[in-house]
Amino acid sequence: MSTSSGSSMRTPRRRVAGLGSARSGTGHFWLQRVTALSNLILILIALPIVICVAGQGHAATVATLGHPLVAIVLLLLLFSVTFHMRIGMQVVIEDYVHSEGVKVLALIANTFFTIAVGSAGAFAILKISFGG
Amino acid sequence: MAGAAERPLSPHLQIYRPMLTMMMSIVHRITGVALYFGTLLLVIWLIAAASSPEAFDLVNGIYGSWIGLIVLVGYSWALIHHAIGGIRHFIWDTGAGFGPEARELMAKLTIGGSIGLTVLLWIAIWLVKG
Ligand code: HEM
Repeated sequence: MSTSSGSSMRTPRRRVAGLGSARSGTGHFWLQRVTALSNLILILIALPIVICVAGQGHAATVATLGHPLVAIVLLLLLFSVTFHMRIGMQVVIEDYVHSEGVKVLALIANTFFTIAVGSAGAFAILKISFGG
Repeated sequence: MAGAAERPLSPHLQIYRPMLTMMMSIVHRITGVALYFGTLLLVIWLIAAASSPEAFDLVNGIYGSWIGLIVLVGYSWALIHHAIGGIRHFIWDTGAGFGPEARELMAKLTIGGSIGLTVLLWIAIWLVKG
């Protein structure tokens, strides 16, 4: 990335801030890649488990999901997916929502939604694990 | 906008001839957004399991219905397509796969692979579940 003066298309203000519209530079790009990889690994482990459990009765399902190894995989999956979802959707919002007010509201809604979804899922897994 | 540099504007999307590679890029985004809301399917199922046998049976019944299964098949295709698309991004991140032939091949592998793997997945589910 060229940061020299002269014909640069970046404004002086941007060259100082240097962080782009997300205010976090390339950090999100990298985290999108890291969480993509963890999503992939965790989905490959979790999918067979979910398929085995699918369609079974409540007692059998709860017994499987409550196993520490299964619960840990599902918790990691939820954390990885909701994180990836949040920064992924942020890019989509920044690409399509241009009015500053609506954009900020959409970004906040994105944060609320992904944290709520992740927390609710994590709570459910923990409740099942701890035998509620 | 005041203070903005004189930037050239990128031409609008509709000026480009639609191409497979471009479609795959758009579909990666659409499947990402679909999966965003699709995570609710997993979380609702988990909350039902954590709540009561009745709630769990209700959700299982909905997911196992015709409409539910169609949604689940669509979800699984979106996930597989997006995952293969993600692997394609990993390849690009190494600097490889930017040539015209490589891009075209990867686009075809993504669409063919996602449909093929979705069919295999549901055959496997059908064999396991009967
Ligand atoms: C349920 C799981 C997943 C959800 C909800 C999800 C969601 C998203 C969303 C909303 C985006 C932003 C779309 C865009 O900017 O065009 C995105 C981007 C991305 N996803 Fe996922 N994703 C999931 C799984 C995966 C997996 C398994 C992989 C990898 C194998 C992956 C790889 C990527 C990559 C590489 C990007 C960035 C694409 C780019 O830079 O243009 N995702 N995802």
